Amino acid sequence: MATKSLQAKGEDLAIANKQLEILNGGIFADGELPYFKDNIAKIGHFPLRPKKLEILQINVGYMCNQVCEHCHVDAGPDRKEIMTRETMQQCLEVIKNTGAHTLDLTGGAPEMNPDFRWFVEEAAKAGIKDFIVRSNLTIIRANKKYYDLPDFFKKHNVHVISSMPHYTRGKTDKQRGDGVFDKSIKALQELNDRGYGMPGSDLRLDLVYNPSGAFLPGDQMALEADFKKALKEDFNIDFHNLFAITNLPIARFLDYLIASGNYEDYMYALVEAYNPSAVANVMCTNTISISWDGWLYDCDFNQMLDLKVASKIKHIKDYNEDILNDRNIIISQHCYGCTAGAGSSCQGTVA
Amino acid sequence: MADSYYDPKDLRKFGKITEWSEELGSKFFDYYGKVFEEGALSAREKSLIALAVAHTEKCPYCIDAYTKDGLQRGITKEEMMEAVHVGAAIKSGAVLVHGVQMMNKHDKLSM
Repeated sequence: MATKSLQAKGEDLAIANKQLEILNGGIFADGELPYFKDNIAKIGHFPLRPKKLEILQINVGYMCNQVCEHCHVDAGPDRKEIMTRETMQQCLEVIKNTGAHTLDLTGGAPEMNPDFRWFVEEAAKAGIKDFIVRSNLTIIRANKKYYDLPDFFKKHNVHVISSMPHYTRGKTDKQRGDGVFDKSIKALQELNDRGYGMPGSDLRLDLVYNPSGAFLPGDQMALEADFKKALKEDFNIDFHNLFAITNLPIARFLDYLIASGNYEDYMYALVEAYNPSAVANVMCTNTISISWDGWLYDCDFNQMLDLKVASKIKHIKDYNEDILNDRNIIISQHCYGCTAGAGSSCQGTVA
Repeated sequence: MADSYYDPKDLRKFGKITEWSEELGSKFFDYYGKVFEEGALSAREKSLIALAVAHTEKCPYCIDAYTKDGLQRGITKEEMMEAVHVGAAIKSGAVLVHGVQMMNKHDKLSM
């Protein structure tokens, strides 16, 4: 189990360019596997272009109470990148005027940003239709000051999306750290107590499943059925939907793939599972990702690779939705992660 | 030419068998794909059967493929090992049930 971020350990792969060198080199450079660009060109999707903007995804900081093995953010307690209130204010101006219907707060653990609650309260006033917080669950039980988060979420009708790698203790703790499973179960029960995730409830509680290793997620509906049955029978827990999300080969997951000798096989698996019909709906076509320091990206993954949008509007302070939407999306080989099988996005499958 | 009979990378090339016999290769893969679809048995159950048979057939490619397939389906390692034991039990049962033939022959030949 990891205890420090790659950045804190001074690892090469903490540097975005080093990751891109790997993703653009090796088996792709020598022609063994096709570049993502060449595959999407065959179906007329190159350059990849945005459709109508639907989701603003704001990363309010990389600090997290967990250090998950697969984390593409390389988040952890040692990360100090935190969105300031000033940048939040710039975001709020955008939220008030955006055509997007969904606001999606992520991190790190977004709740660890000291201005998180203020930001949620202000953003809730903007009356956005779907207001998501990506919560890792354990944060709710990490410290007394977070115990009231379920009530806080309920008060602002926040849609909670939480990671849950497996319905068994062993698989969960291996990926996310000892004790994570028990804390997550307790947090889910507390959310259920507030009405979250209950059948017919408007308080949305969805779970995210990431494979805990060098393999792709199976069928989302089958996994959802397994999760629902096991969590109900074992812990009387209800939730709405399960999103099966493919791990993208960047940051800590890339580090793991290389260290475990699985990198080539994993890239083969992604390319083999490439599904052309997923391309039209990849999340970068309807999402803008905003980093803790206000820069704009096509997605959270490009944010971690420091690939800022290819637009003259690059920062939240200059935000202009029309100009921004008239851009080419930046792609690399990590994008195969979003087009494998039934496709993958922060909202689950796309094909 | 590889200097050993099994190379894990060869599994990636399995689909290429179609190149030397388009019709038969395609028919095989169509059949194979159909077999593993959801049916009277779930795809999950079929995956575990495949894992057990992979072991009794001692096919290293199949073991790799269906271990990974099981992980993708959220099958636990305990379930996988039980499936392997099912295969092992049938294998050993198949040996031991021949013991009856041995006993029959023994008794027939003995006074």
